[in-house]
Amino acid sequence: MEKFTLLQSTAVPLPIEDIDTDQIIPARFLKATTREGFGDNLFRDWRYHPDGSQKADFILNNPIYKGAILVAGRNFGCGSSREHAAWAIADYGFKAVVSSFFADIFKGNALNNGLLPVTVSDGFLNKIFEAIENDSNAGLEINLESQSISISNSSEVEYFEMDPYKKICLLNGYDDIDFLLSQKAIISTFEENNRYPFNPIN
Amino acid sequence: MAKTLFDKIWDNHVVNTVEGGTAVLYIDRHFIHEVTSPQAFDGLASRNIPVFRTAQTIATADHNVPTENQHLPISEPLSKFQVDKLIENCDKYGVSLYGLGHPYQGIVHVIGPELGITQPGMTIVCGDSHTSTHGAFGCIAFGIGTSQVEQVLASQCLLQLKPKQMRINVEGTLHQGVTAKDVILYIISKLTTSGGTGYFVEYAGSTIRNLSMEGRMTICNMSIEMGAKGGLIAPDEKTFDYVNGKKYAPKDAAFDQAVSYWKTLPTDEDASFDVEFTFQASDIMPMVTYGTNPGMGMGVRQSIPQPLDFANRNSFDKSLAYMGLHAGESLLGKEIQHVFIGSCTNSRMEDLRLVADYVKGKQKAPHVKAMIVPGSKQVEAQVISEGLDLIFKEAGFDFREPGCSACLGMNEDKIPANEYCVSTSNRNFEGRQGPGARTILTSPLMAAAAAINGKIIDVSLD
Repeated sequence: MEKFTLLQSTAVPLPIEDIDTDQIIPARFLKATTREGFGDNLFRDWRYHPDGSQKADFILNNPIYKGAILVAGRNFGCGSSREHAAWAIADYGFKAVVSSFFADIFKGNALNNGLLPVTVSDGFLNKIFEAIENDSNAGLEINLESQSISISNSSEVEYFEMDPYKKICLLNGYDDIDFLLSQKAIISTFEENNRYPFNPIN
Repeated sequence: MAKTLFDKIWDNHVVNTVEGGTAVLYIDRHFIHEVTSPQAFDGLASRNIPVFRTAQTIATADHNVPTENQHLPISEPLSKFQVDKLIENCDKYGVSLYGLGHPYQGIVHVIGPELGITQPGMTIVCGDSHTSTHGAFGCIAFGIGTSQVEQVLASQCLLQLKPKQMRINVEGTLHQGVTAKDVILYIISKLTTSGGTGYFVEYAGSTIRNLSMEGRMTICNMSIEMGAKGGLIAPDEKTFDYVNGKKYAPKDAAFDQAVSYWKTLPTDEDASFDVEFTFQASDIMPMVTYGTNPGMGMGVRQSIPQPLDFANRNSFDKSLAYMGLHAGESLLGKEIQHVFIGSCTNSRMEDLRLVADYVKGKQKAPHVKAMIVPGSKQVEAQVISEGLDLIFKEAGFDFREPGCSACLGMNEDKIPANEYCVSTSNRNFEGRQGPGARTILTSPLMAAAAAINGKIIDVSLD
């Protein structure tokens, strides 16, 4: 996994609440068997008409807004567990998503892919939306070490919460699987000590 | 110290604890399917490591399989490729597969319980958010992403922070025509689509205890629709009776030993929860959804609320515009074009018996296309043995072969743009059943009634 330390970038605002993973990547695009290429279909049905032409009013089609940070309304990523949603956002080029609330499974999937979910207060989220609305070149700075997010050219800063274990993983680019594989002996001992008669199948 | 059902199962599965309290949580059962597993198997291949515990890993093909002519090769090339990849991976890594053509094939959350793979006190995961279904047996069961599928394949464990705990009590007797599906849609409409986020939910109270195991599965299935990590229900005699005799259930003395352990699991009397809600069964009417998330639901005799009630008016307006509906409107008498009865929420025998009982001797409305998709080959076989398939056909319903089907429209079973589908599935998201499709979530009984009448009616008055 790629390391995440500091990110300074402009941002793309998507002030809609309860954006579910079916919107992020519709099910009909889940037939690929690799992790790459999902960015082409990110927000597919909001971004394109059925004939494949762009919907002019969707934010990703507005050349004024660009950057590595997606800022979205509360409860981002609800619904399906599809990790393809995190892959699509990362594949499109985003490195962080900022919202005032994330759905659990999406948050976990994002963290497992080096895509940082930053949870801010509703008030701070509105300040970000306002800053971008006033100036599409307004930048954000996300510092994982200090767990802070600030709006550039302003004194606005907020600190965000972060699971200490996942923070270590992101700062160093560690995957959970490396850690779990290092635990195999302990896991085998646990199994020996917890042999219920009804546990194994087939 | 007094413990909850969740605490007891969790504590029994903590292998180790790391930085910040994150647990290495042991997983008893891992279900996999064709859509969220290929990248995980590729991960194992790139590390050149095996599946750590093949005996606890169970695969089926359900998400993108056709629901007609399953004996023929899959005609859609991408679906075929994905299903073939699952067969290849299961063969290569020694994982049991109940694939197309197998008498145990079906929706992953239907086959686990019906084969007795799902048992009380277990931790169960699957790369599918409706894994919460298995919580009906008193399990910690939750959906995971593909990276986590890879982790469980590699180590039979996951790194997990212990969630907060919520108890939802439902008390009293349900009205005529009100089912488990209405209970959970009602709860979600009260708590909203994000009200359970960060929590594991225990469902309790007399109404829940009086539900059948299949009704309890419907309840737990939709826990994720309020954002909860999962939902569970204390195992009781009904649970033990359901598990007893199933193919992979413990037998004889081992079963008795298991039951004596399972009886220790229910929440201690003085255990506490981070938050608790109580609802009255008598307040619950047959439910319909009107918006584009499962929290946007109401009793069928109510009207769509005014946007002033919502913090983000834009999101609310966007949702109603997509649905072609207006605030203040009632859905009673609303003409519909499609009915889908199926999905991991409502495709089991009780659901289909209820539908058969309602439609027997009736005819669907001429303009409605009505599809019934059984949850598994075993459900399909039982439907046929009871002659229900003939009742469905005589009433004009299309009785299909098992799979996830129009719940998520990954196969050919899609709803056309701007048309209304009354669906027994679990999500009414934009485009969920096909681009532009408008989904109204209901119980199987309400869906059957909508098919016969060609419009939404109140089954409690029928």
